[in-house]
Amino acid sequence: MKNQYLSIDFDSTNYKRRILWKIIGLVCLFLLVALSGFWIGEEQIEANMGEKHLSPSLDHPFGTDWLGRDMFFRTLLGLHLSWKVGLFAAVISTVIALTLSLLSSINKFFDSLVTMLIDLFLSIPHLVALILIAFVLGGGVKGIVIGIAFTHWPSLTRVLRAEILQIKSSEYVHISKKLGKSRMWIIRHHYLPQLAPQLFVGFILLFPHAILHESAITFLGFGLSPEQPAIGIILSEAMKYLTMGMWWLVVFPGLSLFGMVVIFDALGNNLRKLLNPN
Amino acid sequence: MTKWLGAFMLECKNIGFYYNRSNWLFRNIHLSIERGEIIGIYGKSGSGKTTLAKIMANYLSPTEGEVLVDGEKSNHSEVYPVQLIWQHPEQAINPKWKLSKIFEEAKELDQDIPSILGIKEEWLNRRAHELSGGELQRFCIARAFHPDTRYIIADEITSMFDAITQAQIWHALIRLVKERNIGVLAISHHISLLERISDRIIDFNQLKGASEKSF
Repeated sequence: MKNQYLSIDFDSTNYKRRILWKIIGLVCLFLLVALSGFWIGEEQIEANMGEKHLSPSLDHPFGTDWLGRDMFFRTLLGLHLSWKVGLFAAVISTVIALTLSLLSSINKFFDSLVTMLIDLFLSIPHLVALILIAFVLGGGVKGIVIGIAFTHWPSLTRVLRAEILQIKSSEYVHISKKLGKSRMWIIRHHYLPQLAPQLFVGFILLFPHAILHESAITFLGFGLSPEQPAIGIILSEAMKYLTMGMWWLVVFPGLSLFGMVVIFDALGNNLRKLLNPN
Repeated sequence: MTKWLGAFMLECKNIGFYYNRSNWLFRNIHLSIERGEIIGIYGKSGSGKTTLAKIMANYLSPTEGEVLVDGEKSNHSEVYPVQLIWQHPEQAINPKWKLSKIFEEAKELDQDIPSILGIKEEWLNRRAHELSGGELQRFCIARAFHPDTRYIIADEITSMFDAITQAQIWHALIRLVKERNIGVLAISHHISLLERISDRIIDFNQLKGASEKSF
């Protein structure tokens, strides 16, 4: 009888361990890419007119561009910048989402206020609102970070609000209230521990969105300034040279952006499996 | 003297309640529980027993009438002196909590309460899904014995359990209640159980019926 239970336990820890290894692997992969930017200096992406238009080789794995700059290091720097923008934007977005969802738990008035705000922001296409905000703030890293942060909170807020609504109506919260616990106590001991997995997964899954949108509006010219080695800049500049047959200027940066997004997506989904097995 | 004693009661005065305006669930209910007394209420399911329990423990406000605790209306922000123990303990405990937190929640709990209820030391480090319903219900009962509790409403608290667990839980509960002079309203549809534990038994349908005749 006892062995039966043990074997069930064993299976679930094994499953968890497998997912944990996956997550650790993904994090290492991501750190390798994202942090490499700290060690890349100016000299590695300097213009070198003697090495213009080189196709990929062992010396320059991603080739060189029309100024002879090494595309491999430019791409890494671009990913590094994207990651930083994504981090700031995702943190701000998550904080906004948490604050608003807690606000909505106070009473019906605040709840309908928050719901209206969510509907308002969801009714505008992300990219349009993003371009507007970034444009108003004068572009640059600041414009993009704020733009992304203020457009990406609604869907997470909706999830958190629904979760809080469900916890709020549960018997154990009612009992805590009748035992004289304050609203802050209930938030700290009932809401936050149950929201933590959602919050964390939501935060991670915001990254791919933030990075893709950052590249998109930079590509369109509303984002980062041209001298910054962002993926969007690299791609939009490369468009001019694509017709000249310099395919490596687009393919490799594009693929690495795609890879970064896939890593984050897999990370978020695995974390969700680990924290919320059902 | 009798009047002074009479003040130590949980009183329902002329309570009425409806979920739907055209259909009163019950009306004109008068009920009083003295401290140290165990009253049993039985009735059919769906007759409004649980609703009455929720009203008495201030989870719902009555549509008409009022509930007085020791002669006064109670304050909302403090620990409410009437504690309700629910039927399903697994819904009454946060699934993410270790059970030791239940005792933190009801702070200043008397030291001997866990042992009287048969709560074992090793249960404290587990979470709700690792214990059985009977074990969880002991925690819910312990929590209801907050030092400020003066009355307890026990809504079908043992109907999920086998006879042995029922007997254990009620023995412990009666001992605690008598020691602390707490008034209990025990709700059940199991009349033979109520006959064993209560000082007085009330038929909920009669309670309702008496009032229905009067209007």
